[in-house]
Amino acid sequence: MSTQTEVTAGTAQAPATGRRQLSEGARAERKLGWLLCAPAIIVMIAVTAYPVGYAIYLSLERYNLELPNAVKFIGLSNYAAVLTSPYWWHALSVTLIITVVSVAIELVLGMLLALLMHRTLFGRGTVRTAALIPYGIVTVAAAYSWQFAWTPSTGYLSALFNNSAPLSHTGTALAAIILAEVWKTTPFMALLLLAGLALVPEDLQKAAKVDGATAWQRFVRITLPLMKPAILVALLFRTLDAFRVFDNIYIMTGGGNGTGAVSQLGYDNLFNALNLGIGSAISILIFICVAIIAFLFIKGFGAAAPGSDLGRR
Amino acid sequence: MAAAATTGKQKWGWGTANTVAVALTLIPLLWIVSLSFKSPAAITDANPWPKYWTWSNYSGILKTSQFIRPLINSIGIGIIATIIAVLLASMAAYAVARLDFPGKRLLIGMALLIAMFPQISLVTPMFSIERSLGLFNTWPGLIIPYIAFGLPLGIYILSAFFREIPWELEKAAKMDGATPLQAFIRVIAPLAAPGMVTTAILVFLFCWNEFLFAISFTSTLTSRTAPAALAFFSGSSQFTSPTGPISAAAVVITIPIIIFVLFFQRRIVAGLTSGAVKG
Repeated sequence: MSTQTEVTAGTAQAPATGRRQLSEGARAERKLGWLLCAPAIIVMIAVTAYPVGYAIYLSLERYNLELPNAVKFIGLSNYAAVLTSPYWWHALSVTLIITVVSVAIELVLGMLLALLMHRTLFGRGTVRTAALIPYGIVTVAAAYSWQFAWTPSTGYLSALFNNSAPLSHTGTALAAIILAEVWKTTPFMALLLLAGLALVPEDLQKAAKVDGATAWQRFVRITLPLMKPAILVALLFRTLDAFRVFDNIYIMTGGGNGTGAVSQLGYDNLFNALNLGIGSAISILIFICVAIIAFLFIKGFGAAAPGSDLGRR
Repeated sequence: MAAAATTGKQKWGWGTANTVAVALTLIPLLWIVSLSFKSPAAITDANPWPKYWTWSNYSGILKTSQFIRPLINSIGIGIIATIIAVLLASMAAYAVARLDFPGKRLLIGMALLIAMFPQISLVTPMFSIERSLGLFNTWPGLIIPYIAFGLPLGIYILSAFFREIPWELEKAAKMDGATPLQAFIRVIAPLAAPGMVTTAILVFLFCWNEFLFAISFTSTLTSRTAPAALAFFSGSSQFTSPTGPISAAAVVITIPIIIFVLFFQRRIVAGLTSGAVKG
């Protein structure tokens, strides 16, 4: 709302700045702006907003693809069914465990990797190049590599641990999944943090060094506070990304042995139970979870929220 | 930077840390390459490296349409979705970076929202919508969602890029009588090409990598992409364990992308970090 008035005010002042001589020109500019954005907006709405609206509608119905004639409006019963099901709460806790643990490890390792790339003088290019490999690899391919590595009598990792089968027990399987996630996405975290590190002025570090600050003090007192925006952005992106974890679990365990995250639950519900009503209720609940996480982060950001500078130009 | 202070001991420390980092990133990749060259009998010897190298896994998968057709689908769907997404994102990003119009922040907010959107929330409703529109198990059925999820990335990277372009040139073109649209096509688009290439690379990587939609909105080889086909792989013959063929297929879809990523690494790093970190 405030932006709109801001923009209108800007337009009114425009002739004074000499950028636009005519209000007609301003109107044409406005029209062109809308015209240029329209296709992108239409596609984004068609693929996200519309299906979500449709999912809300479906979630209020009893709708099983095996019983297409028994479709019936049942209000919030699907939500009640999901929220009272132990499967939902188990999947949610699995998802939260994977998200929190993997993002925490990634933040520490990503910071170490970023510092390594920032500070090292020899082989910096090699490290940066190698770091892009996990990012570039197709997740499914990497997931198979991990799965085979943990398969008894096939994999080197299994052999390392007395030919054990970690993927067949909940705890160890979750650890293996988290390891696969961490391996794949730490480089991304490191690259975001590296860009933040580059913004920390070298002079400040030198001054602190002259004043006798240890490396750790400099890191905690200077580097970390100055990097706060970069860290928050990296955490936000990775947390929401980790919450949608699917590929690794699907390939490594198929969601078996109690390792299914909410994405797996939604998928199984659609393709194994063929239940559109329950599936849609799960979709909406996951959406709400993500919205809550995003809201908490954006509150934490304040003015540093990503995109706010783009909007203001 | 800290060059003067670097002693021999420190050099060793950094060198070790670098070596460890590089090794950790490489091991899972080398492992699947190693598996892909093992014979079916050697798969279960748990050796980290094959004793005898064989191409049989590769020749096996390259003979079956179970793999070739999805590979074609992946390339086709990826290229079409990338071109359309980059085109639409360039238009929107130009407007965001350059024009004054109400609703701009709404667009940015929407792009941000979609960048963080849980894809699984779309699977059930989109499955139903695509079935009723006849889009299920077709190329457009995957291309359209890929465009939508490529757009936020594109709008972010490109609007950051477009703000760096010398706009006096556009003004000059307008002075010479060009309309805003002509100025965009003739003057700005060529200058924006590097940013568009970066965006195209990242969007293509996303399409190539995408798995959830690929297994949800396809049911046969006519539109299944390579990562999805991998998950349904039964091997070149039904009597051999598919570990070798899966590994070979994983290597085939991974190696070109890795070469591609390493070749364009500067652009990719710049693109990944442009939208996220601003001073």
